[in-house]
Amino acid sequence: MKPFAYQAPGDVVDAVRSVAEDPAAVYLGGGTNLVDHLKLGIVSPDLLVDVTSLTSAEITDGDGGGLGVGGLSVGAAVRNSDLAADPRVRERFRVLSQALLAGASGQLRNMATTGGNLLQRTRCVYFQNVSTPCNKREPGSGCSALAVPGRPAPTHDGAGWTRNHAILGASEHCVATHPSDMAVGMAVLDARVRVLGPDGERVIPLTELHRLPGDAPERDTVLEHGDLITGVELPPMRGRSAYRKVRDRASYAFALVSVAAVLDVADGVVRDVRVALGGVAHKPWRATRAEEQLRGAAPTPANFRAAIEAELTDARGVDGLDGGNAFKIPLAAATVTAVLRDLAASETGDPR
Amino acid sequence: MTEMLEHQAIGRGPARRDGVRKVTGTAPYAYEHPVENPAFCHPVQSTVGRGRITAIDTSAALALDGVLAVLTPDDAERLANTDDAELAVLQTHEVAFRGQIIGAAVAETSEVARQAADLVAVTYDQAPHDVVLSDSRDDLYRPDAVNGGFPTDSNEGDIEAALAAAEVTVTQTYTTAMYHQNPLEPHTTTARSEDGVLTLWDSTQGVHPVRKAVAKVLGLEPDAVHVVCPYVGGAFGSKGQLKANTVLAAMAARAVPGRSVRLALTRQQMFDVAGYRTPTIQHVTLAANRDGTLTGIAHDVVEQTARIKEFAEQTAVSTRSLYAAPNRRTSHRLAALDVGVPSWMRAPGECPGMFGTEVAMDELAQELGMDPVELRVVNDTEIDPDSGKPFSSRNLVACLREGAQRFGWADRDPAPRSRREGNQLVGTGVASSVYPVYRMPKSTATVRFSGGRYVAEIGAADLGTGTWTSLAQIAADALGADLASVEVRIGDTRYPEASVAGGSSGMTTWGSAVVEAARAFRAKFGADPSDGDEVEAAVQANPATDDYAMFAFGAHFVEARVDADTGEVRVPRMLGVFAAGKIINARLARSQFLGGMTMGLSMALHETSVMDPRFGHVVNHDLAEYHITANADVGEIDVGWLDEHDPHVNAMGSKGIGEIGIVGAAAAVSNAVHHATGVRVRELPITLDKLLG
Ligand SMILES: Cc1cc2nc3c(=O)[nH]c(=O)nc-3n(C[C@H](O)[C@H](O)[C@H](O)COP(=O)(O)OP(=O)(O)OC[C@H]3O[C@@H](n4cnc5c(N)ncnc54)[C@H](O)[C@@H]3O)c2cc1C
Ligand code: SF4
Repeated sequence: MKPFAYQAPGDVVDAVRSVAEDPAAVYLGGGTNLVDHLKLGIVSPDLLVDVTSLTSAEITDGDGGGLGVGGLSVGAAVRNSDLAADPRVRERFRVLSQALLAGASGQLRNMATTGGNLLQRTRCVYFQNVSTPCNKREPGSGCSALAVPGRPAPTHDGAGWTRNHAILGASEHCVATHPSDMAVGMAVLDARVRVLGPDGERVIPLTELHRLPGDAPERDTVLEHGDLITGVELPPMRGRSAYRKVRDRASYAFALVSVAAVLDVADGVVRDVRVALGGVAHKPWRATRAEEQLRGAAPTPANFRAAIEAELTDARGVDGLDGGNAFKIPLAAATVTAVLRDLAASETGDPR
Repeated sequence: MTEMLEHQAIGRGPARRDGVRKVTGTAPYAYEHPVENPAFCHPVQSTVGRGRITAIDTSAALALDGVLAVLTPDDAERLANTDDAELAVLQTHEVAFRGQIIGAAVAETSEVARQAADLVAVTYDQAPHDVVLSDSRDDLYRPDAVNGGFPTDSNEGDIEAALAAAEVTVTQTYTTAMYHQNPLEPHTTTARSEDGVLTLWDSTQGVHPVRKAVAKVLGLEPDAVHVVCPYVGGAFGSKGQLKANTVLAAMAARAVPGRSVRLALTRQQMFDVAGYRTPTIQHVTLAANRDGTLTGIAHDVVEQTARIKEFAEQTAVSTRSLYAAPNRRTSHRLAALDVGVPSWMRAPGECPGMFGTEVAMDELAQELGMDPVELRVVNDTEIDPDSGKPFSSRNLVACLREGAQRFGWADRDPAPRSRREGNQLVGTGVASSVYPVYRMPKSTATVRFSGGRYVAEIGAADLGTGTWTSLAQIAADALGADLASVEVRIGDTRYPEASVAGGSSGMTTWGSAVVEAARAFRAKFGADPSDGDEVEAAVQANPATDDYAMFAFGAHFVEARVDADTGEVRVPRMLGVFAAGKIINARLARSQFLGGMTMGLSMALHETSVMDPRFGHVVNHDLAEYHITANADVGEIDVGWLDEHDPHVNAMGSKGIGEIGIVGAAAAVSNAVHHATGVRVRELPITLDKLLG
């Protein structure tokens, strides 16, 4: 752990410019991910710039702000606990509140910020250990989750511990997953991320914020160094929504597979459906193929299953330690089917 | 027969005497012991699984501001005794396993110490390492004895003939994972070497054993080592034997004489050097008649040890005493690997072993179409099949009966996968529990009358278990005095020698020493002592062990619910009923049983240390990824015990209770999951992927 300086500036434009110009400066949100990384030596910046003094900690109604009635605008410094508990979020965006509450622990959610949550890094155990090769941490060093040249594994085909790893969209350079629950919840809400860079402000659809690893796994997102997330916009939504997280213990564990879904049924057919998967890819995985197949179809378990199976045609497991992660393919199919089935069955109550 | 105490304070449930200090944060743990101007030590660890260090460059570390010393095998002090390779810290350039301590930085702050440790540059001549346990290895060997001094193998009758002749048989392989004890308080020491005395505030299960072992390694007189440990934030066996971290803290302190040095292992480091439970591969064979009577039991175990030091877990030993059968065999074989040294973890032997045996019993019950409670009752025995001695008391059947009644077992449909509620498959399971009564050979206590109060002193340990309180209850009854008039002092080598807190032996051993001292005190000074009157006495061997086998027993009942879509397992209900002699403190005992059962649930569903054979280390080495049962996983846990009278065990009539709660718990969970789903999971942990589809 290397000594570093800490700043809590007030002027956001100046701060963004100075971080953009200093490769050794980083933003600090709640610190629940970054501070661990400082201790583990994964990053060693010279300067931490506190965003909680730079960005808003408010949740404001969308009316008048161009979002439309029922939309919400969330400041980047809003804590995960506050976002989950906000009555408007609980009422209008149940899936988001549930996703937040399924993440981490009460103590961590009290610290974690909206911006920091989106930009938290993978929990891949090799990424988190500086003594094992990792392309994401050290480009070109190799991926320890996959087979490592020169390191035979007597018990299986040579991959590492891949229980937390991807089945969709991975590359030969990296099979990590993005660990956020909140981001998966936001992915089905068509949320938009507000970003302030040295050249001004821009808005990025949440589903386009995170990247697939390809041959540059060191880049988690499309953001450039110095880009500051200032907030997230949630447009109004219609239909019922739910988040279900399947994990190795009842709480305080990352998702093996999680499912966020919005279902809107009218006249016995699916009018709109949105499905996103967590724990399966380098980004929240919008199941667009399944969604297309379901629009206009009858909301039956058989249709739900057929649609998610179509989505998972390209899914691949990694044969790693402890049985690898191929079990996530049937698990994802079962979980999506169950979530949509339960949403379709919940006739009572107001549409949420 | 021992003269029994009249129970006055014993059997009640007074609150922990150290409770207020703990919840108000004023009970100092080893790392927090107030010292002036402490320095900090951070270990350097090997990043190869085996090999030889060819060069260590400490210049960058030494150049940092605030660095006081960097210790390496090149220049660290030569230890007086290096027989124990685990404790021969920095004595060789050979690397025996990944994560081994190969250096240390001592600095003004913990941050600088850590940074300096990171800056130590090490080059290796790397050799291939071998860390994979398997029962098909051709180099498995037979240790001379297993932990606890038990014979490695046992053989009676002819198990093969019994198998051939049996009406029903079960032959299966069961595996348990590698487990790390993971006490909440890490392994920590504050050490100071000054005026010829080495003082260690150390988080340990025994101050005297630490003193003895440290003195030996450093070549000091035991009197020159002072060990203090009034409070421990959990240990589960991992602080029972001296480990490299404490030796390193002592060496660091000796490198900066007069300065106090603090060393706390990080959670990740605890996975490398602080001990663990070996994974086990257990072959269990049962042969039985149609009426359920066992005709043969075999339990053959393969497990691992470290190449640098042997530890042989006694996994099959409890199977020797649990059920009767004329033909019996147990064995233990070890693979010596390039890994850290395994060690004690809550109920070493019984805990993993009873997973194999008690799941096999469930499989047998199913084969027979017999109720699993009845199968265990049919095979009960009054004579310990291993020693041939009668049990001093054995109430396994009473535990099973009482438990079955309390749990509502009678309503159970025995068919697997027969109960579904909504989207959940529901099942129930049972397993027996057993744990020996141990008495350590050495422990001494003093009793003194001082300022109108009785003071009992003994260098015993309280791991959070309640020794401060329960020893006072014993002393009060042995003196015939009011509990409030008795003070107990423990956790310091200034007090008389006491054995390690291990094997659930504390109350039997230290309690007996306190009883001896109290009785001698009364014999010498009568009912009206003068200020300063003092007597010292030691625990005696128990002659009744010549005539009786001594064990505590118990029964676990578990309800499991499995999500039909995802295979997620939840356990809403556990019940444990135990027969463990006189319960000294009802409140503390409940907490111990409950903790053991929770740890058993954790073993069943969650815990596993994932060893990556390519690197040679445990990759899920933090509490985010090494899953321990969380609050949300624990439903209702009901704990009960029988009012058992055993006049042979000791003057209190008590048996140990620290470990029996975990024994059998994982088997009961696995049996319940099988009943719920029809899927038999023989490899722990029972994760959802094993139940999917
Ligand atoms: C034990 C444990 C368990 C957890 N379990 C879960 C779980 O189950 N599900 C889950 O979703 N999460 C889980 N988390 C992760 C947790 O949600 C994240 O650590 C948290 O959301 C990060 O937010 P933060 O504000 O603390 O970010 P920080 O740690 O402060 O920052 C994270 C990253 O974001 C950058 N950053 C922060 N704010 C901004 C901004 N406004 N603009 C640009 N960059 C920014 C930082 O530079 C850093 O790179 C867990 C964490 C821990 C430690
Ligand atoms: S999966 Fe990605 S993060 Fe993990 S080791 Fe490979 S490159 Fe690194």
